[in-house]
Amino acid sequence: MNTMTSAWAAAAMIAAVVLSSTTGEVLTAAAMKSIGDLDDIRAHSGMKGAIKAVVTCPLFFAGVFFLAVAFFALLFALNHLNLSLVAPASASLTLVTNAIAGKIFLKENVDRRRWAAALLVCVGVYLLAH
Amino acid sequence: MAHHKLSARQYCILGLVALCAPLGDTCLSRGMTNMPAISLAHPLALIAAVFTPWIAAGIALLIGFFASYLTALSWADLTFVLPATAFGNVIVALLARFWLQEPISVERWIGIALITLGVGFVAHGPSRTEHPASVAEEEPVR
Repeated sequence: MNTMTSAWAAAAMIAAVVLSSTTGEVLTAAAMKSIGDLDDIRAHSGMKGAIKAVVTCPLFFAGVFFLAVAFFALLFALNHLNLSLVAPASASLTLVTNAIAGKIFLKENVDRRRWAAALLVCVGVYLLAH
Repeated sequence: MAHHKLSARQYCILGLVALCAPLGDTCLSRGMTNMPAISLAHPLALIAAVFTPWIAAGIALLIGFFASYLTALSWADLTFVLPATAFGNVIVALLARFWLQEPISVERWIGIALITLGVGFVAHGPSRTEHPASVAEEEPVR
């Protein structure tokens, strides 16, 4: 990135990937929480019952929609930026935004152990993929 | 936060999530690299790509990933599943080192150590947050 404009454009592209991915993950997680334990459902109603429980949940499709948006945002970013920047930056930042969104929207108990894990994995993924 | 002890089957599902995603991506990458360059003027070539062995294997692995990911989210928190499944990156890096004989830099070894440490942290904690007020009304859909 040679100019400030291109640096801002790169940041915006990575932010689009991270935000759409986080929205998709949170909506999907909320859908699965509302459905209940799929192993239990499968034990009682079989595989058909488990599939029916998932595909009749509107939140699930909202989540899949945002995950698809994230996928295309990633393709767009890869078209303009280097893989060595986009992949580690989006993968590691998504872990942190998911921890924040999980605490706020899913009311998950993100204790010190989970914060530490998210940050360690975030830095680890960055180093591994960079 | 009540502690949900994971069963061996549930650990297997987390393992599948961790393994299927990076292996699926690797298959897709291998398949697309083997193909001639596809231009936007010939988008149907992308459809044809789906039926090549590497791409088909990659898609099958990614379907397996999504199914096991959804199953994991039905009994564990998102903030538990994501760091735990990041361990797949470590497995792929180790496969690249010891199977494909690719060199791994010191930076990457540090990355592997940090991910392993992070996964160790999260795996020793509870897998799911209990909300006491909603426990009574949380009846799974049948």
